[in-house]
Amino acid sequence: MSAVDPTFDLDGQPVPLQPGDTILSAAARAGLDIPHLCWSDEVSGSASCRLCTVLADGRPVAACVTPAVAGQKVECRTASLATQRLRLLQMLFVEGNHFCPGCEKSGNCVLQVQAERAGMTALHFEALNPERPVDASHPDVLFEPNRCILCQLCVRASDEIDGKRVFAIGGHGIATRLLIDSPSGRLGDSALSVHDRAAHICPVGALLPKRVGFAVPIGRRRFDNEDTRG
Amino acid sequence: MSTRPLETAADPEGLRRIAIDPLSRVEGHGKVTLLLDDDNRVRQARLHIVEFRGFEKFIEGRPYWEVPVMVQRLCGICPVSHHLAASKALDRVVGGWPVPPAADRIRRLMHYGQIVQSHALHFFHLASPDLLFGFDAEVDRRNIVGVAAAFPDAARQGVMLRRFGQEVIRITSGKRIHGTGSIPGGMNRAVDPAERDALRAGLPQMLDWAQDAVTLARRLHENLPARYAGFADTPAAMLSLVGRDGAMELYDGVLRLREADGRIAIDGFDDQRYRELIAEAVKPWTYMKFPYRRSLGVDQGWYRVGPLARVQNCDFIPTPRAEEARQGFVAAHGGQPVHAVLATHWARMIELLHGVETVAELLDDPLILGGPLRTEGPRQCSGIGIIEAPRGTLIHEYEVGDDDLVTRCNLIVSTTHNNQAMNEAVRAVALRHLDGETITEGLLNHIEVAVRAYDPCLSCATHALGQMPLAVSLRAADGRLLDHVLRSPGGELLRDAPAHAAETAS
Repeated sequence: MSAVDPTFDLDGQPVPLQPGDTILSAAARAGLDIPHLCWSDEVSGSASCRLCTVLADGRPVAACVTPAVAGQKVECRTASLATQRLRLLQMLFVEGNHFCPGCEKSGNCVLQVQAERAGMTALHFEALNPERPVDASHPDVLFEPNRCILCQLCVRASDEIDGKRVFAIGGHGIATRLLIDSPSGRLGDSALSVHDRAAHICPVGALLPKRVGFAVPIGRRRFDNEDTRG
Repeated sequence: MSTRPLETAADPEGLRRIAIDPLSRVEGHGKVTLLLDDDNRVRQARLHIVEFRGFEKFIEGRPYWEVPVMVQRLCGICPVSHHLAASKALDRVVGGWPVPPAADRIRRLMHYGQIVQSHALHFFHLASPDLLFGFDAEVDRRNIVGVAAAFPDAARQGVMLRRFGQEVIRITSGKRIHGTGSIPGGMNRAVDPAERDALRAGLPQMLDWAQDAVTLARRLHENLPARYAGFADTPAAMLSLVGRDGAMELYDGVLRLREADGRIAIDGFDDQRYRELIAEAVKPWTYMKFPYRRSLGVDQGWYRVGPLARVQNCDFIPTPRAEEARQGFVAAHGGQPVHAVLATHWARMIELLHGVETVAELLDDPLILGGPLRTEGPRQCSGIGIIEAPRGTLIHEYEVGDDDLVTRCNLIVSTTHNNQAMNEAVRAVALRHLDGETITEGLLNHIEVAVRAYDPCLSCATHALGQMPLAVSLRAADGRLLDHVLRSPGGELLRDAPAHAAETAS
């Protein structure tokens, strides 16, 4: 980094920028964490989860789609935003059926780790307990809609990486759901392959390669730390 | 002693009702109800399981690879039993049975670690207060805190034995409770050499303490007051797995059923054919089913599982100290079958000693450190896994569709096998110790002592944990409430407290 490289300020730390950077992509490159669920550097941003909301010069914006601007003052770790993130995560939990104890994604789940980092110890809101039938029609990929948080990562990966557009978002409000492009609406009739990026990019346990389950032991999962080393 | 007429009173109208609700110092939630006539004679005695059992239903529709982890939530004390029974059933589904030798050893290590921790928990934390202080001792002493104050060495040894077992589970499954080590077709981890060595270092002490536990259990049993001779003595057939050579075998074996008089009725029975041997009946007053031998029918076909059955069902225990203890148990009873329920504690500690010895052997086995851990073969549509859980024979059975989702699940847990046997014990104690007597807390605890000897895991059978106060109501023949006593969690007896809500139930 030269002395003239542009930077912005993230919670008091200077973050170098490059052309085309969003606040989140620049922070991630600098090794600074802005909480997020629906962002990946593999696909375009969608600002669907809003967990990455920060204050840019005092204005709330989604860091994953907001261009980084030199000299800007960005606040991420404020008490108000922390509360907002916690509530947002709690709403995601009650809108689906997220039972970490029996979920194979536990330890590798972005929703779980964000909830833990946000200090979530209870649901706070009343659980809606939706009834969403599991789609196991695909020979190699399981769709467990009870865990879907509508982040659209699979939608974008199928479109931008796999070139298939297997997934889309449909419906409105609380009835919003992931749509599958197939005559039956089921995964088994779609063009999805277990080798597609879309089959692996899900941050939660909604889209999973089949028959993997708990193959990775406790202690070697993505988010295991000293407390979960096994 | 025949107790059968006490299951259902001929004319329940006008009888006084006493409820022990919920039972305390057992795992889970249950109650005992007694109906007494005007002469205080017991006319009906039932052990009810008051929670609904739901796992069999909500496992349906789940992908099979989730099941060994999910079913552990049946229980917080012996989750490893469900973990391994489900794994053994699903090994068959993925064509992975038998699992590779390394996986077999590590699973066994996990299982025997659980035997140690669960048996230590039951004997020292739950049962020993009754045995050390007396069934009708003061309530505020009759708990593990009271044991720690009066018998600190015994309490400490119990805690440390349990901790040892929990550590064995952790190094094989990743967590002390609800780990993920076993998967269909094998294991997802081997044992770390450094963690093995740390456990090995504690073995000599654990072996000695386990031996002491057998001595203590034997002494307490043999020194029971004379009035408890034959306490809850309920002759029953005995069912368990045994090795093909007749050895005690808790992880995988063949079914053996021994009649109450000691004769072997069925031996070498393939566990995959258990449904030819056992059926389940339901009764309208409890959520727990009643398994029975098909050949004898529901009334005559009940049997006992667990330590008392296993120690007598096997020909020998394949570890030296426990085998010596088993021989001592047999000799002390003149080689005759033992059906005194309190002898279960003695048998349980023999098994704890066997557990520690087996853990010691397995920790010396280099196979636990690695090698092929998982295998698969031709897919099957169903699988059965039977294991000897700490409380007795545990059966898991699954059918899996072509789409990998479970279509049918049947679980027969240890406590369910013992349902009729526990009811018989309740009736025997009610007749012997409560018939015609005035209610006291100590007398009611006699019934709990009998149930407690089975170490029932009511949440395994029902999937609910509850608070543990005790409420007893005394009603006149016309239904008027004459007396209501509430025992608070702190042990206080409160006479003017409002009646427990469950008291109005059946």
